[in-house]
Amino acid sequence: MSKKDLGLLILILVVGTVVAIINPRFLLPINLANTSNLIGLFGILSIGQAFVIITGGIELSVGSVVALLGTLFIDFIAVRGMDWPLAFVLIIALGAVIGLVHGWLITRLKLQPFVVTLCGLLIYRGVARFYTADGTAGFGFGQNFPDLEFLTAGRSYGVPNSFIALIVISIVMWVVLHRSVFGRYLYAIGKNEEAAKYSGIRTGRVVMAAYVICGVLTALSAIYFAMYTRSISPASHGQFYELYAIAAAVLGGFSLRGGEGSLVGVILGTVLLQELQNLVNLLGIPSSLNFAVMGGVILIGVLVDQQWGVFRARRQMLEATRKGVAGAPAE
Amino acid sequence: MNYSDTSIVASTAAPFLSLESVRKTYPGVVALDGFSMEVRPGEVIGLVGENGAGKSTLMKILGGVTRPDTGTITVDGVTHDGLTVEASLGSGIAFVHQELNLFENLDVAANIFFGREPLRGGPLKLVDRAKLRIMVAPLLKRVGANFSAAAPVASLSLAQQQMVEIAKALSIKARLVILDEPTSSLPLAETDKLLDVIKALKAEGISVIFISHRLHEVERVADRVVVLRDGMLAGTLPKSAINHDQMVKLMIGRMLKEREKAAESARAPGGVALSAKAVRTSAYPDRPVDLDVRHGEILGLAGLVGSGRTELARVLFGIDERFGGSVLLDGKQLALGSAADAVASGIFLVPEDRKLTGILLDLSIAQNISLPNLPAHAKRSLVSASAEVATAEKQKANLGIKAPSVATRTGTLSGGNQQKVVLGKWLAMNPKVMILDEPTRGIDIGAKAEIYGLMRALADAGVAVLMISSDMEEVIGVSDRIAVMHEGQISGILDKDDFSQENVLLLAVGKKPN
Repeated sequence: MSKKDLGLLILILVVGTVVAIINPRFLLPINLANTSNLIGLFGILSIGQAFVIITGGIELSVGSVVALLGTLFIDFIAVRGMDWPLAFVLIIALGAVIGLVHGWLITRLKLQPFVVTLCGLLIYRGVARFYTADGTAGFGFGQNFPDLEFLTAGRSYGVPNSFIALIVISIVMWVVLHRSVFGRYLYAIGKNEEAAKYSGIRTGRVVMAAYVICGVLTALSAIYFAMYTRSISPASHGQFYELYAIAAAVLGGFSLRGGEGSLVGVILGTVLLQELQNLVNLLGIPSSLNFAVMGGVILIGVLVDQQWGVFRARRQMLEATRKGVAGAPAE
Repeated sequence: MNYSDTSIVASTAAPFLSLESVRKTYPGVVALDGFSMEVRPGEVIGLVGENGAGKSTLMKILGGVTRPDTGTITVDGVTHDGLTVEASLGSGIAFVHQELNLFENLDVAANIFFGREPLRGGPLKLVDRAKLRIMVAPLLKRVGANFSAAAPVASLSLAQQQMVEIAKALSIKARLVILDEPTSSLPLAETDKLLDVIKALKAEGISVIFISHRLHEVERVADRVVVLRDGMLAGTLPKSAINHDQMVKLMIGRMLKEREKAAESARAPGGVALSAKAVRTSAYPDRPVDLDVRHGEILGLAGLVGSGRTELARVLFGIDERFGGSVLLDGKQLALGSAADAVASGIFLVPEDRKLTGILLDLSIAQNISLPNLPAHAKRSLVSASAEVATAEKQKANLGIKAPSVATRTGTLSGGNQQKVVLGKWLAMNPKVMILDEPTRGIDIGAKAEIYGLMRALADAGVAVLMISSDMEEVIGVSDRIAVMHEGQISGILDKDDFSQENVLLLAVGKKPN
C-alpha cells in the first residue's frame, strides 16, 4: 500500500470515528451492511472507470449504460421470460460491445475519449427511455428469482454479496493492473503513449481492451444496480454515476492525464465517497447538500495531496542540502 | 578575412564582461572552481567543455539565476558579487537557449515583443500593430531574416526560429548574446546562416559566447576558445591555436581515438539486410525511395533537415504509414503495419527525440529496458521483476550506464545515459537492423565515443546499422557508406574513398559530387 493510499485509509477511519461518536447508529449492522452494499455496487463501476483513466482517457457514459443495460436486463427476465443466466451473459456481452465500439472510435478513428463517451452518455440514455417509452421497467407482482437475488442483493454471514463480489473483482483486477504485462502496458501508455508505441507496444489494442474492461464491469454493476433498485425509470436511473466513478478514482490518486493510480486507491476512494453519503444522512445534513459535501471533500483531498507533494519535495531538497549529498545538479 | 583588424579592436577595448575567481558549489559538488574569463566588445568566445564541466552553472550565474559563492563579476565596468536576473538583463546580456522559448502559435513580431508590445491609447490597451511592424523590421534585417514578421513561428525552420530568438535578444539592446548549443539540431546549410548572423553581431560590436559540442563550428567563428573542465578553466586558445584536436585535448585531458576506432570496420559487409523498394513517405508522397542497408555496415544517412530522413526511418520502423513501395528484410517482404511488427522482425529504432519517444522518463531503467520484450520477462502473463532486473543489470554493465541502480527513474539520468537505456532495450533483443536517428545529439564527447564504439560493435556482429545524422564530422567519421537525401529522394551514395564534406554537401543540396 502506498503512502497516498495509507493517508486515504486514515482519513476514512477518522471520518468514520467522528461520525460514530456523533451518531452511534453509524455502527449498527444494518447501516454498515447498507453502506458496504453501495460500496460494492459503486466500487465495481469505479474499477472499470479506473482502467480507462489510467490510459489517460475518460468514460462519461457509464451512468447511461447502467440505465440502459439495467432496463434491458429487467426487461429480458421479467417481461420476455429469458433465463436469467442467459440474460446475464447477454448483458455482459453488450457491455463489452459498447466498450469495444468506444475503444475503436477512440483508437482507430482518433476521436477524443471525452467526445465519444459524451455522445454515448446522451445516446444510451435516450435509447433506454425510448425502449420503455419513458415508462418504468420493473418486476411483476410475485415474480422472483431466488438464485439471482441471493447473488446480487443477498448476504452471506451478514455481508452483502455485492461487497464480496467487489472484493473478488478487486483482487483479480489488482493482479491485472499491478502485476500483469497488460497492466504494465496500461501504465506505460498512460505515461507516454508515443514512447510506448516506439517500444513496439500495440497501443491501440491495449487502450481498446481498457474500454472493454470498463464496459464489462459497468454491465456487471448495471445488473447489480437493477437488482438493488428492482425498478428502473430510465430517465433518472444511474444519473451522475460516471461522476461518482471518476471522483472515486481521483480521490484514490489517479491522474486524469493517465499513468498514475492504484487499485487500492480507487476502492478507498469509493469507500470514502459512500461514507460521506452516509454521513450526510446520519448527521442530519440536508440531503440537498449531498453533492456540495462530496465536491468539497474531493477538492480538499486533491488540494492536500498536491500541497503535501510540494512540501515533501521541498523537505527532500533541504535534507539533501544539510547532508551535503549530491542532490543538486552539478552543471 | 579581416581577422587582424578586429583583433586589434578587441584587444584594446576594455572588457565588457569579466569574471574573477568565481566559485560555485552545490551540495557535494564543486560546479565552478576559481574560474576567470573575459569577454571584450565584439569578441566571439567559443565555450566548450563536456557535459558536467560547469557550462550550465556559468550560464546560470551570468543570467542571474544563481549567485556564485565567491568571486566577482564585472559587467561594463560595474563589479558585482552576483547578478540578479534584472541586473543581467539590464546590462544587456541576452540568452538564446538550446530549447527555444517561442510561442509557435504566434507570429514573429508578436514573439519578439511578447509582453512589451507597443500599445494604443484608450481603455482597451489594444496592441498597436502598425508600430509593432515598424519596430520589428530593422531587427529582422540585422539578423538577415528571409521570412516575414507576420509569419507564424510554427511555419519557420529551426534556424529561422533561432533568428527570431536572436532578434528578440537584439530588441532588448543586447551587448552580449549567449548562444547555448544553437546548432545542435540544425542541418548544415542552416548552420551556415546562423554562423553568418554571429559574424554580423560581431561586426556591430556585440559580444557573443557560443557554446557548442560541434567543434568545427567553434573553429569557424570563435576569436578565442575557453575550455572548461571539471569546473575549472582548462585553457584558453587564441584564434591561431584553435583546432579540433587541441580543443578535445583540453576538454578531456587526453586525445580521443574512439572515433577513429569506430571508423575501422573489422569485416567486409555481408548481403543486403534491409531493403526499401520505391518506398514513399508522408513527407514526399510523390517520391519513391530505394535504399539497401547491408549486414555488417554502418550506413550514414545525411541530408538537410526536412529532406525526409526521419520520415523514412519512421516508415521503416512501422510507425508511419507507408504510401507505397515495399520493405524487405533478408529478401522477405515485411507487413510493417505498426512498430510492433518491426520490433518482431528485429528492426529497431533509436528515435530522434529521446525524451518524447525514446524512453519513458517516469519508468525505471529496468522497466524501460524490458518494455519492448515484456512477455519474455513474464510467467503466465505476470511480470517477473527479477527477470527484468537481470536483463537490465546485464545491459547496465555492458553499456556502462551510470546510475545508482536499475530501479532508478530514467528521468533523472543524463542525456548520454538515457540514450544508453534506449540502446540497451534494443541490444537486449538481438537486433538485425538498428536505425539510429541523430544518436548523439546533445550528448557529451565521452558518451559520444562510447556510442560510436557500440555502433561499430553491432556492425561487426553482423547487424545492419542505419545512422541518420546532421553532424558532418560524425557522418564521415563513423559511416562505411554514406547515403545522402535531398527533398525526399536519395541523391547519391558515397563509398569510403569519395567521403568529403564537400561531396556530402553537394548531394544534400541536390547537386552532383565531384
